[in-house]
Amino acid sequence: MSLNSKVPSGPIKDSWDKHRFDMKLINPANKRKYKIIVVGTGLAGGAAAASLAELGYNVEAFTYNDSARRAHSIAAQGGINAAKNYPNDGDSIWRLFYDTVKGGDFRSREANVYRLAQVSNSIIDQCVAQGVPFAREYGGLLDNRSFGGAQVSRTFYARGQTGQQLLLGAYSALMRQVHLGKVKLFVRKEMKDLIIIDGKARGITTRDLVSGKVESYTADAVILATGGYGNVFFLSTNAQACNVTAAYRAYKKGAFFANPCYTQIHPTCIPVSGDHQSKLTLMSESLRNDGRIWVPKKEGDKRPPNQIPENERDYYLERKYPSFGNLSPRDISSRSAKEVCDEGRGVSSTGYGVYLDFKDAIQRLGKKAIEEKYGNLFEMYERIKGDDPYETPMQIYPASHYTMGGLWVDYNLMSTIPGLHVLGEANFSDHGANRLGASALMQGLADGYFVIPYTIADYLANNTPFDKIDTDHPEVKKVEADVKANTDKLMSINGKQTPTQFHRKLGAVMWDNVGMGRNEAGLKKVIKEIPKIREEFWQDLKITGTKEDLNIVLEKAGRVADFLEFAEVMAWDALERDESCGAHFREEHQYPDGEAKRDDENFCHVAAWEYKGVGVKPVRHIEPLEFKDVKLAVRSYK
Amino acid sequence: MKITLHIWRQKNSQERGFMEKHFLDDVSEDMSFLEMLDILNERLIKEGKEAIAFDHDCREGICGACSLTINGTPHGPERATTTCQLHMRKFKDGDTIYVEPFRSKVFKVIKDLVVDRDSLDKIMQAGGYVGISTGNPQDANALPIAKKKADLAMDSAACIGCGACVAACPNGAAMLFVSAKINQYAQLPQGQPENKRRVLKMVRAMDDHGFGACTNMYECEAACPKSISVRFISRMNVNFWKAVLLEE
Repeated sequence: MSLNSKVPSGPIKDSWDKHRFDMKLINPANKRKYKIIVVGTGLAGGAAAASLAELGYNVEAFTYNDSARRAHSIAAQGGINAAKNYPNDGDSIWRLFYDTVKGGDFRSREANVYRLAQVSNSIIDQCVAQGVPFAREYGGLLDNRSFGGAQVSRTFYARGQTGQQLLLGAYSALMRQVHLGKVKLFVRKEMKDLIIIDGKARGITTRDLVSGKVESYTADAVILATGGYGNVFFLSTNAQACNVTAAYRAYKKGAFFANPCYTQIHPTCIPVSGDHQSKLTLMSESLRNDGRIWVPKKEGDKRPPNQIPENERDYYLERKYPSFGNLSPRDISSRSAKEVCDEGRGVSSTGYGVYLDFKDAIQRLGKKAIEEKYGNLFEMYERIKGDDPYETPMQIYPASHYTMGGLWVDYNLMSTIPGLHVLGEANFSDHGANRLGASALMQGLADGYFVIPYTIADYLANNTPFDKIDTDHPEVKKVEADVKANTDKLMSINGKQTPTQFHRKLGAVMWDNVGMGRNEAGLKKVIKEIPKIREEFWQDLKITGTKEDLNIVLEKAGRVADFLEFAEVMAWDALERDESCGAHFREEHQYPDGEAKRDDENFCHVAAWEYKGVGVKPVRHIEPLEFKDVKLAVRSYK
Repeated sequence: MKITLHIWRQKNSQERGFMEKHFLDDVSEDMSFLEMLDILNERLIKEGKEAIAFDHDCREGICGACSLTINGTPHGPERATTTCQLHMRKFKDGDTIYVEPFRSKVFKVIKDLVVDRDSLDKIMQAGGYVGISTGNPQDANALPIAKKKADLAMDSAACIGCGACVAACPNGAAMLFVSAKINQYAQLPQGQPENKRRVLKMVRAMDDHGFGACTNMYECEAACPKSISVRFISRMNVNFWKAVLLEE
């Protein structure tokens, strides 16, 4: 099967406009004849569900949380990028496009990224119109700040709660449509499988998390906006329930999974404190605007930070990357932190931590200014660590944060399964091998508000009429039976270990071998190891309670079961991508100074994996990447 | 640390609940409160017992899912802190802790410590939005907003919708939650066209769902993990009466 990206021909600047004109429309009176399922109510899903309903489609929206407002988009702190150029510092759509392609280490699809940069400005307009309280200057205009990987200030923010405010904007639009009856919202229901009839995505099967009932919903098209798979590492900055199940089930049904090895490790998280740890907390990258990152110059220097004199500190990012300094992109900052810790210069009780110091910024701007910018982040840090960052430098360390890989989609955001569209972090398209800060919110909202409302019409119009499918259809019944059989199998093992124990085991081998640094030997080892953990899981898992009830252990087991299969695809992708690019750092491929060394001759492509069975090596397909507008170059932030 | 726990167990919304006693002797002070419950749950599963159900997700104090009443206080003893951000260093070795679901007639217990807060979404559906659709509104900077107003809007927009204010209120009122949303829009020019309509609809939805009335006890502000101020309730009342008197 060849992967057709459906990128419009002609100059990139006109491609989205041209494509919008070329796509079919559905007249307003006919839109109400279609039904669309949206799984996930975060920025991408919430925005899509609301926007599609506003246009007149009938929408059914699903979340496993108790409310649509709880999706993990809410936790994004720092901000959202847009090419408004309000500060008059040289920004433009072209520059945002260029920075994103470069930041992604030339592994993203140019046309998608250009469209993203183009609609970024509409997102800000839209959110302000919804009443999102962005930070403002005294003159009443919007304030901007700078973020990693950019030399302009293009990031809009709402204190340290930008994700929350943007999500509440999308949520409010969604609530309005629920009230108008155009969206049917289903909470505490988890998608367990995808229904495909005559080769098209026509519905989903869910498990009601309160009653345990397995139910199916059918529609004319399905949208997955189900987030990323960062929890494959067990410890990550993701919420506890974030999982790969929806995307993985679609993959098992024929959707290709693209670039699963591109996982972003965020440089500024609170370090691990012990075995009890259930998650890692992110400290917004915006802190790097004013905080300076350092470690002691001497190995094993155990003095408290305030007693280490200036000339014995190594501000290693400022030293290695003078022009970007503490604002170097995430992958570079993360690897540099790992390097200094591996050299034995790390701080914190485990030796895996570096300082993020605000002393100079407080002296320069005053405590009050710092408090205004980062007050809530400092409080959060103090609550978790018990230290006051106004007095003692913060300790930070990288942690799994975001996954650039995801289900393969074409320019219309449709997967390899006709009718199955994938938005936000769940797809792969815009960030290449590394995402820049404040770009996730931008992409989620771009997909939901400004891309899918156009592209889905083209799919629906081209495939009309749709056969009517009800929930008695034999294929629907078959999928339901499969879901039930899977649950029964999990419940019947009656072994000794909990789902969390298996998750922890998987996470440990993934972090060691498919984490910040990867090499051939480690990846080959982990490909042998994962099936062993999986086998043990299916023989020794213990679940208490019943399946006809709210059962948190069963929920977790189902998610871990899918991670245990998915992890293998990730490892295969990391092994076969025999180059370093962005966040995918193969230790064999680096420049003498430790920079990632790309191999454009052999790997300037998207790798999209096709499922062939559990434990069977999936088939790797290629979508070549062409760079017509940005010249392939060695990424340099020096 | 050694900790004795009394935890509310309830099979479902129909059956009666009861307190169940547990003892943990290996609690680290760096653990979060929910990590302590994780450890207890791991032990229960291994003993073949049913794990204690509780709502939680982001574990960084922003999603609003976690919802325990700890020693009688929603989200526990630490001010301006969600349960997931409460750490065991706030307790002492040998402490006894009582853990219950959020207490409110409106929030029905679904199981153990999990409650149904759907009514909060219902209030939002009644009017918690600016009634515009996705499209091409004016340029974001075409609408200057004084920093003070924007900041005040943000102060109340910080609400995470956890429902602690309801659980803390002796009357089971949702006034702090509703006023937070009303005030956000009332401060902003975008919210003006629907200001009256919004306050009437949301307050009526609040009454319809069985939430109580405010008698100025201020328990809500004390329990609020985001320190939303009760001043917003008086602002909402002003808005509400203006709307009632001027309703066409």
